[in-house]
Amino acid sequence: MKSFQYVIKDAAGLHARPAGLLVKCAASCDSEIKIELRSKSVSAKKLFAVMGLCVKQNDEITITVEGANEEADYKKIKEFCEQEF
Amino acid sequence: MKKISGIGASKGIAIGKLTLCVNIDDHIAKKDITDVASELTRLDIAKEAAVEALNEIYLKAMKRVGEKNSMIFQIHIMMLQDDDFYSAMQNAIKNDKVNAEYAVWQAGKQFSEMFSQMDDEYMRGRAADVIDISKRLIRCLDKSLANGLDSLTAPAIVGAVDLMPSETVQMDKTMVLAFVTREGSKSSHSAILARTMGIPAVVGLADAFTQLADGASVIVDGEAGDIFIEPDDQTLHEYQIRQSEFMRQQQELKLLKGTKAITKNGVQIEINANIGHPSDVNMVLENDADGIGLFRSEFLYMESNTFPTEEEQFKAYKTVLEKMGGKRVIIRTLDLGADKQVPYMNIPKEENPAMGYRAIRICLDRPALFITQLRALIRASAFGKLAIMFPMIISVDEVKQVKSIVEKVKNDLTAEKIAFDANFELGIMIETPASVMLSDLLAKEVDFFSIGTNDLTQYTLAVDRMNHSISKLFDSRHPAVLRMIQMTAENAKKAGIWVGICGESAADTTLTEFYVKIGVSELSVTPSAVLELRKAVQQVDLKD
Repeated sequence: MKSFQYVIKDAAGLHARPAGLLVKCAASCDSEIKIELRSKSVSAKKLFAVMGLCVKQNDEITITVEGANEEADYKKIKEFCEQEF
Repeated sequence: MKKISGIGASKGIAIGKLTLCVNIDDHIAKKDITDVASELTRLDIAKEAAVEALNEIYLKAMKRVGEKNSMIFQIHIMMLQDDDFYSAMQNAIKNDKVNAEYAVWQAGKQFSEMFSQMDDEYMRGRAADVIDISKRLIRCLDKSLANGLDSLTAPAIVGAVDLMPSETVQMDKTMVLAFVTREGSKSSHSAILARTMGIPAVVGLADAFTQLADGASVIVDGEAGDIFIEPDDQTLHEYQIRQSEFMRQQQELKLLKGTKAITKNGVQIEINANIGHPSDVNMVLENDADGIGLFRSEFLYMESNTFPTEEEQFKAYKTVLEKMGGKRVIIRTLDLGADKQVPYMNIPKEENPAMGYRAIRICLDRPALFITQLRALIRASAFGKLAIMFPMIISVDEVKQVKSIVEKVKNDLTAEKIAFDANFELGIMIETPASVMLSDLLAKEVDFFSIGTNDLTQYTLAVDRMNHSISKLFDSRHPAVLRMIQMTAENAKKAGIWVGICGESAADTTLTEFYVKIGVSELSVTPSAVLELRKAVQQVDLKD
């Protein structure tokens, strides 16, 4: 299992569009991917769950990646976050 | 035959079949089912169909409004495919043995509530998206509920409770013969849209709306505000004649294309068009307007889920300026607040929004937002004849603040070596009694005045234009309003600046002579009214 912390920079937080992009990216991975905020953890592959976290600007989220292909998926998700939010 | 009446919001006569766009909320019945498996299959098939339809809409929207603004439909698809949401529906069918429609509606309400309870304004706004996709799914389940504005297959007269901007974006304009709505006033979204498109509309039918049945034959008279349901032969015949007469007049007006609005005694008036979207420019050109007298920039903010960037705004303004090919385009800076709200601006609910935090007040309070728009506007000046005007001014100090921000933006752009045309005009809307009373002083600060008669009437008469119960008092020909306009025109003349009118009453041909007489030199109206107004100006004779 690999994980990283990420602080959201986007002023609007993880609103529908970025959440949608994240879910899309996560869904394309084989690994199980979770997002955690304030000790609540949800699947990054489910849009309602991710939006339900109500992630705002300057919130620090923890993303964990677990599975057979976790090295590649970890890299993919991390790069995605840095590029998009 | 039955006759019902509402507010005539856009003139013209339509004869055809009525399609009632159903308000699904009232139509979801709970039914007990026995065959769980087949109900689950129905749900699966409906979901596939809904996803497919959304994909099509997404691709269409991509072409029209670009990737960023079409993303919402991708989000809708992902919401529909969300496991948690879908299992909630499946579980209701399996455990409670209810029909799929009811299961979808319950799940939709449950998930939208999850959003509406969040303490984030933006996320609360997403509740509407969940309701939207739930309705879409229900329409796929039950074809009798399938009438949506996005699903018209033959030209029809559209009946609806009200038309929301989000619905009309998806509408195929060639399919709509007329609008008839229960809600709305002359200045509501659907009324303005109908006038821009040049199709008849009757709004504000109130209780009479219930008399309308889907599929009925109707006649719509958008000028008188009358609707005839299942007309008898005599009435039908009469209106067929009136319809062809109206069309003949429209044809005749087309002959005025290429002519100028010059009175018999030789005064030329500039007749411009009001628009709310870059796509309206086609209507402006088709009706041969002299330019654009009011381009409302709110669409950029209302069509987006977040603040539009400088680049997005620049592109929109540039497109309009280029298409107008050197004719003057007056763009009004952001006029949100009051009846036009967007969730991401986080404007708290107000007791009295018409007198609240809106328009220039927001812009001066949030300089970053204002500067982004000004940069986009001024950059666009390199591509045509731009003029910028500012809404809701009440003091000389506001104008001075605005001008100093404009100067700063110009200096920044110069320093960044970005091209612009420094000669664009700056003007203000005269729509508050304060700006009229100060018009002698304000005239020294700007290049032009544009009188917004809707708000000026509202504020002068203290009559809320959205309040149905006093709509009879809303009179833009009231002598107090006309004196306001006259005073503004006189002060503009003394200072040597030009004055125009861009409110609804600019199109009122009974006032045309008055306007010309007091020295108004520009009138800006909805595109479909341009030629008729040109004709009215050509008939004015001030010699006697």
